[in-house]
Amino acid sequence: MTAVAAPAARTARRARTATQPAMPTGRKVGWAAANAITIAWTLFPIWWLIALAFKAPTSLTDGSFWPNQWSWSNFSGIFHGTAFVRPLINSIGIGLISTVISVVLGTMAAYAIARLKFPGKSALIGVSLLIAMFPLISLVTPLFNVERVLGLFNTWPGLIIPYLAFSLPLAIYTLSAFFREIPWDLEKAAKVDGASQRQIFLKVIAPLALPGIATTSILVFMFCWNEFLLAISLTSTNAARTAPAAMGFFTGVSQFTFPIGSIAAAAVIITIPIVIFVMIFQRRIVAGLTAGAVKG
Amino acid sequence: MSTISLEHVTKRYPDGTEAVKDLNLNIADGEFIVFVGPSGCGKSTALNMIAGLEDISDGELRMNQKVVNQLSPKDRDIAMVFQTYALYPHMTVRENMAFPLKIAHMPHDEIDRRVKEAADLLELAEHLDRKPANLSGGQRQRVAMGRAIVRDPQAFLMDEPLSNLDAKLRVQMRTTISRLQQRLKVTTIYVTHDQTEAMTLGDRILVLRLGTKQQVGSPQELYDYPANLFVAGFIGSPSMNFMPGELADGMLKWPLGEVPLPAETVRRLEQEKAPRDVIVGIRPEDFEDAALVEGPKREQGATITVKADVLESLGSEILAYFPVPKPKAAQMDELQRVAAEVGTGDAPGSESTFVARLSPTTRAQEGIAFNVWLNTHKLHLFDAKTGKALGR
Repeated sequence: MTAVAAPAARTARRARTATQPAMPTGRKVGWAAANAITIAWTLFPIWWLIALAFKAPTSLTDGSFWPNQWSWSNFSGIFHGTAFVRPLINSIGIGLISTVISVVLGTMAAYAIARLKFPGKSALIGVSLLIAMFPLISLVTPLFNVERVLGLFNTWPGLIIPYLAFSLPLAIYTLSAFFREIPWDLEKAAKVDGASQRQIFLKVIAPLALPGIATTSILVFMFCWNEFLLAISLTSTNAARTAPAAMGFFTGVSQFTFPIGSIAAAAVIITIPIVIFVMIFQRRIVAGLTAGAVKG
Repeated sequence: MSTISLEHVTKRYPDGTEAVKDLNLNIADGEFIVFVGPSGCGKSTALNMIAGLEDISDGELRMNQKVVNQLSPKDRDIAMVFQTYALYPHMTVRENMAFPLKIAHMPHDEIDRRVKEAADLLELAEHLDRKPANLSGGQRQRVAMGRAIVRDPQAFLMDEPLSNLDAKLRVQMRTTISRLQQRLKVTTIYVTHDQTEAMTLGDRILVLRLGTKQQVGSPQELYDYPANLFVAGFIGSPSMNFMPGELADGMLKWPLGEVPLPAETVRRLEQEKAPRDVIVGIRPEDFEDAALVEGPKREQGATITVKADVLESLGSEILAYFPVPKPKAAQMDELQRVAAEVGTGDAPGSESTFVARLSPTTRAQEGIAFNVWLNTHKLHLFDAKTGKALGR
């Protein structure tokens, strides 16, 4: 969520500093200190993780903040063989497929919910929110049995389908908020201009909802990427096991060594796609894309 | 270009409320007609039904004699300008104006030619590559007009297109629209709640109230011969002054004295079997400072003594506000309803405030009694119960 809210907050801050008179130096220093502390507090665990990942296996427990000796051995270790590579591919594949399906279906459903009057609309919204709030753990056992019977256990669709069930409500909910913001008059104007319902959606509404679609994509992808409970319960081998689940199966060199270096390296690796994903889409999340549509 | 006719057109919502009731209207080819009325009177609903954005519950809508009730907006070949302009924010001015033409699969060079022509006409040529967000309110309004005229449609529908502009720009755009319509000669339906806009723009005006047609006619007709209390109060600025009165033996008894009515009016009132209780209306411009009225003209009217509590000088005229006592137990229900709807602010109480429009040469002063002359030939009489005009 924070990743999504950040650009908007930043624009707001920029706008404020542009119009406000300069702050007195004392207060500036105070704010700078407060910011520095907050940033250090949030970034410390991340730095600790990165440092661990780059430490040589022998110096893992030396307790220093800075690796004495930078080493790629943890990374080369996890990429050696398929113990992590295959789950990583599974994660990317399952995450992307779920996101695409969820956002495409969610866009259409949200448009209908925001724009059309149909019987049972409020019931639909209610039920979909209910599903999103359902505790996952209560579904694990029934899902396990259902998937075994249907032959979906330990397959990609076996994870994609439950992910869709949980991410669709989220997608519909976020997207319908965006659709509701688009002025109704634009649709009427397009209708009078001769556009068909499909043209209205594709040429007018969808381009304006792009920020919402981007936001929703990030949220859905992060949900699928981070999901652990279903991933570990509904898979048994690397055929469908995702990266977070696979990390739980990491072993050390012997049964008495804790694989902390490998886990840290894998954690760094699985953070990278999220960072890339957010960077690609945040450019689309421009506040006020619809500015200028109506009024002066 | 086309004729549009509405026959018993009704809009009924599922909960039974009727936004437009049995509307009949014939709009001639090339005519500029204005739908006017206070908010909630059904004028926008009527326009949306003509556009095809709302279903017609009952009745028939014809364009060029053809029933179009079931046609979707895109098949009616009409262009619409919205109050909010409804420009596509992700498209440039050029793309906005070209949008309806692209949808219609027009060849590219024809699109370019038409967009350029419209842009020149509306002085938008140098803004063609800008996005709506970077335009001023007036420019956005012109883009919305441009998007309508590139189509060369059967009719223009305009839904309060000027309400979001500031006062000065509104007056300017009003003349632009007038000129444009005269040049293009396209049938135009214009919706507004502003009677000044209606009076200045329309060839004819349709006054609506609570979904019902009150009167259709030229601006002058509506001003001179309002069909009922509502139209009388709605048209004209400042609004007409109203006061209950009594008719007896060719005389009108009201708080401003007893006034003999012109013989012609008395004859017509008798024909109509007019009731005793009436509401009298007089426009502010039918008053004058008695000191400035001389000779035979003075004989045509009556003179009363009033004490103005506020005088507003507008340079070319002076508006005098003076209190007039209301007669007791008068039937004022309809008058108060109309006052509330039109917003003239005739509050229930023992006094009404009258407005008189006086010549700037008047010597009248605030708080000092002076004589006011009123033209009794210009009195409007309405049935106190139904609000219908009498003696016309």
